[in-house]
Amino acid sequence: MRPKELRYVITFFTTADAMAVEKRCKQQGVPGRLIPVPTRITASCGMAWSLPLDAKAEFDAATQGISPEGCYELLI
Amino acid sequence: MIYLDNAATTLKKPDSVYAAVLEAMRTLGNSARGVHAQALSAARTVYETREKIAAFFGCAEASHVMFTQNATQALNTALFGLFLPGDHVITTDLEHNSVLRPLYRLSREQGVRLDFVPADRNGNIDDADFERLLRPETKAIVTTHASNLTGNLLDISAVGKFALDHGLLYIVDASQTAGSFPIDMQKQNFSVLCFTGHKGLMGPQGTGGLCVGEGVKIRPFMVGGTGVHSYSETHPDKYPEALEAGTLNAHGLAGLSAAVDFINETGIGDIHRYETALMRRFHKGISSVSGVTVYGDFSGDRAPIVALNINDLDSSEAADILSQDFDIAVRAGAHCAPRMHRALGTESRGAVRFSLGWFNTMEEIDAAIDAVRSIAEK
Repeated sequence: MRPKELRYVITFFTTADAMAVEKRCKQQGVPGRLIPVPTRITASCGMAWSLPLDAKAEFDAATQGISPEGCYELLI
Repeated sequence: MIYLDNAATTLKKPDSVYAAVLEAMRTLGNSARGVHAQALSAARTVYETREKIAAFFGCAEASHVMFTQNATQALNTALFGLFLPGDHVITTDLEHNSVLRPLYRLSREQGVRLDFVPADRNGNIDDADFERLLRPETKAIVTTHASNLTGNLLDISAVGKFALDHGLLYIVDASQTAGSFPIDMQKQNFSVLCFTGHKGLMGPQGTGGLCVGEGVKIRPFMVGGTGVHSYSETHPDKYPEALEAGTLNAHGLAGLSAAVDFINETGIGDIHRYETALMRRFHKGISSVSGVTVYGDFSGDRAPIVALNINDLDSSEAADILSQDFDIAVRAGAHCAPRMHRALGTESRGAVRFSLGWFNTMEEIDAAIDAVRSIAEK
C-alpha cells in the first residue's frame, strides 16, 4: 500500500473542464494531477484533479472561469 | 491520375495528417474512459483539437465544439435538437440532402413548417426573400455557405445579421467552405456552425462537428456512454458531453488537429487565393469550348467548384470517359442537391462537377481543360 495523504480532490461536470484545468495548472506551474475519481465521491466526470492542501489558492487563481462540480478534502 | 473531386473529399492530405493519425493509432487509449496515461493522451488530443477548432471558427468556448463523424451527423444533431412542432424554418434551394432530409422529416413527423428561398437559373438567391418568408413563428434560418453543386456562395454574414435582427437562430452548413474560407461564427452571428473534417480542412474522413453559440441549447440526438454521470438514467446536459455519445474518433481528431495546424501555418487567405486561381483558370479554359454548358455564377467570390455538361452527353457518361480515357476523377449525377438541380434545369441529366483543392496544380487544370475539349469535339 502506498502511504495516504490528505489532499484536495476537485471533480468536474465534463471531461473538457478537467482537460482545461490540467492545461492551465501545467502552464502556470500549479501542482497536482488528474486521478480517477475516488469511488466514495459520486462525481459526474470520471477524472478528478488532486492537489496538495497548500496549493488551493494557486489552483483557484489558475482555474478562474471553470466551475468545478465539487471540492473534497480526502485521505487518498 | 488527376483528382478533381475535392468537394466530395480531399484525397491528398498534408503529410503531417497521415503521421498524426498513425501516431494516434499506435498510442492513444479512449478519451474520458479512464485516467491512465494512454486514456489521458486521448483526452488531451481531443481537447486540444476542440481548442483549435474553436479558435479556427471563432467559437467562444472550446467546450461548445462537439465532434461528430461528419457534417450530416452534426446537422442532424442541430436540426433535431433545436426544433419543435409548430416552429417555422426558412432554408434555401441550394441545400444538400444533409439539410433537406432532416428538415423534410421534421416537417413530416413533427409538424415543423418549412419555406424555401428559391434559386434562379444561375443558382443565386435574393436575400430579400428571407424577409418575405418571415413569419411570427419563424424560429430559425438554415443555409449552406456554398452550393456543393455550383460553388455559388451565400452571403452568410448578411443572413447572420438578418437572423440577429429578428431574433432567429442561424444554422450554417460549412461543408464546402471550412478550410477554404475564413469563418468567424461570433462576428458573423451564427448560432450553430456545422462542418466536416475531410474536405477543405484536409483531415481524415470520420471527423466533423458542430460549434454552438452561447445560450443555444440543443437536445441530444444520440444518448449513451460519455464517461461522466455513469449512474444517471439520463444523458448529461452539459456541452460537449451532451452531444457526444460513445467513443470519439480520437485517431481521426489527431489528424484533424494536424490539418488545422497545416492550414494555419499555410494561411487560409493563401489557400483561398490559390484554389480560386485554379477554379478561374479552369473556368476560363472550358468557357471557350463549344458545346460546354457551365452552371452557376462566376461574377464574384465562390467556392472552387465548376459544374458543367458537355454537348448532350449524360453527366455520368462524361465522368466515365474522363475517368477511363483521361484518368481524371470527377463526380457526376445529382450531387445530393435535388432542389438546386431543379433550379438549374439539370434534373434529368445531372452535371459533371470539377472541384479543386490545395494540392492540385495548374498543369492538372490545363490537362483537365484539354480533356473536356477533346470530349466536346468528338
